[in-house]
Amino acid sequence: MSGLLRSERVRAWVWQAVILGGLGLLIWWLAGNAARNLAARHIATGFGFLDNAAAIPIAESPISYVPSESSYGRALAVGVLNTLKASAVGIVLAMLIGTAVGIARLSPNRLASVCAASYVELLRDTPPLLQLLMWYSALQALPAARQALHAGPVVLSNRGLILPVLEWQTAHWAALAALVIVAGFIWRSAARWRWALLCVPMLVWAAMGAPFEMERPVLRGFNFVGGMTLSPEFAALVVGLVVYTSAYIAEIVRSGIQAIPKGQWEAAGALGFSRAQTLRLVILPQALRVILPPLASEFLNLTKNTTLAVAIGYQDIMSIGETTLNQTGQSIETIVLVMAFFLIVSLAISGGIGVLETRLARVGAR
Amino acid sequence: MIAALRKTLFGGWVSSIVTVLLALVLWRGAAGLLDWAVVRGHGFGATPAMCRADGGACWAVIGEKYRFILFGRYPYEAQWRPAIVIGVFLALFGVSAFRACWRPMLGLVWVGALAIVLALMWGGFAGMEYVPQDSWGGLPITLLLSSVGCVLAFPLAVLVALGRRARSMPAVRAVCVLYVELVRGVPLVALLFMASVMLPLFLPEGLNPDKLLRAQVAIILFAAAYLAEVVRGGLQALPRGQYEAADALGLSYWQTQLRVILPQALRLVVPPLVNTFTGLFKDTSLVLIIGLLDLLTAGKVALADPVWQPFGEEVYLLLAAIYFAFCFFLSRASRRLEAS
Repeated sequence: MSGLLRSERVRAWVWQAVILGGLGLLIWWLAGNAARNLAARHIATGFGFLDNAAAIPIAESPISYVPSESSYGRALAVGVLNTLKASAVGIVLAMLIGTAVGIARLSPNRLASVCAASYVELLRDTPPLLQLLMWYSALQALPAARQALHAGPVVLSNRGLILPVLEWQTAHWAALAALVIVAGFIWRSAARWRWALLCVPMLVWAAMGAPFEMERPVLRGFNFVGGMTLSPEFAALVVGLVVYTSAYIAEIVRSGIQAIPKGQWEAAGALGFSRAQTLRLVILPQALRVILPPLASEFLNLTKNTTLAVAIGYQDIMSIGETTLNQTGQSIETIVLVMAFFLIVSLAISGGIGVLETRLARVGAR
Repeated sequence: MIAALRKTLFGGWVSSIVTVLLALVLWRGAAGLLDWAVVRGHGFGATPAMCRADGGACWAVIGEKYRFILFGRYPYEAQWRPAIVIGVFLALFGVSAFRACWRPMLGLVWVGALAIVLALMWGGFAGMEYVPQDSWGGLPITLLLSSVGCVLAFPLAVLVALGRRARSMPAVRAVCVLYVELVRGVPLVALLFMASVMLPLFLPEGLNPDKLLRAQVAIILFAAAYLAEVVRGGLQALPRGQYEAADALGLSYWQTQLRVILPQALRLVVPPLVNTFTGLFKDTSLVLIIGLLDLLTAGKVALADPVWQPFGEEVYLLLAAIYFAFCFFLSRASRRLEAS
């Protein structure tokens, strides 16, 4: 008997049974409580509420949505799209700014490197939510639409940032199609064909009369009409998250560049490359492999941080989810949906970066 | 000196353009800030009407509201107690930043200090009036949520990290992986909502923890997942020989872990642990979203006063300075520990 107990495999089984059994009991107890509490509050479980009409006013929505007419399911879909919009724009901008700041930190120009270092330090050591509130209150302190600030065709007021948009015509579609076709053709061919990527679409566009008309914002009454409006909430969220995340990306880029042996710089220098050329052609492509995994987690962080939108009133999935659970009382279902969405996004981002990593590794091996 | 400066600042035309542009931006920014904060700014004696007249900074809002921002709705006469609490936390952080002070005793000191902190906050003995949790607020809440969160999350994190590496127990490993990935995949805001909305549903009637406790539970579960990954990193960094040597000596699993592996692995991961704690310290500000009166929320509530409403930036700058001071100290400590 004692020999049996000493055997490692038996002990492992016993331990696992005890731990899993304990967890199972805990879950059973919690579920029982939930069932009793829900019954006492007369809340029916299930996802049927998603078809009911949602009385949620939504300020900005990429798809058509009518309060009290559209369903809760559609309202949550609007939230998902708003979250994806903010995080996609945020990831691209944060990547650009972060890379620039990271390179600037290693610049031989002392002023640039000191500025970049203070940027990183100041932004990383304050909470993102506080930064978001500061941006939002700064945007709200802007003048009203009538006294809006004009910078060329761009208008800035407490109604948000309004950009002129190109009037999209057939010629633009044709140019875009040409770009895709050319890119398909020269996908794996030599770099000397790269000029075609710009020239062919331009020629197509010019051949169709080179239309170029901008829709400019015009003041009508208390607000602007025309152009593309970025609401103050969206602008504050994106600016806040981009600035905060770019500080982290800058550090990742810096350490990635520093991980490349000095010999690479010296060899490129000996070949007559300038600093910028060395960075672009030799250092960054190699650093990318070191940078990618931590970069993926920063992208994820940015996406998760879009939930801070709740605090400034941008209607992301979390904010619409909160209103939904307050109105319907279906808290478990709503939170499960929100969490499932974030888990899917997490999986998608880490999966995408994983594919990129294997591709890069293959290039490295060749 | 001049030549070196010229070489670094104007060592090529790109560099020169960057220098000129940066200098211009810095000059404009600094001049604007100085003009707003000092030249047109008003000191502690100003009235809101005076400040509104010329659009400068109004530091009087800080003089008026700092007690509320730091201590929330804690009874005014008893606010020396949270003040001492802040002092205790500062001393605790200061002591923990030195490698020389790392003895097993330090863990006891932390537990003891947290007990003193809670006793001071609650009161109800030695002539101190009892203050319920609903009235706590400000900086002590931020410090409590992050410190208690970390202290309680740590043992859980070590267990999860060990569970994730237990080769002979696939079921336990699956549970640990599931927990870590689930928690790290969702935002803290969602977890806080879950704790504040769903926790009451999952507990029996009558057992209804208050808002602070609910937020604390969410923060502990959140922190444990991230800490577990850090601890796992340390476990992986140890050479296999350590395990084999412990096996050869005939040590049991727990003896191996407690006497050989963990003391070395944890020592390795102190800098990333401090970084995780810094992140947690910043993340506690998210309790704003469930309406708990921490430092950030207290600042925001102070600004709800219509008289002082226009002076948000002043209050936010004060909050930023407080958060920055803590995080900067922590990140410096982590860097120093990494070097030593």
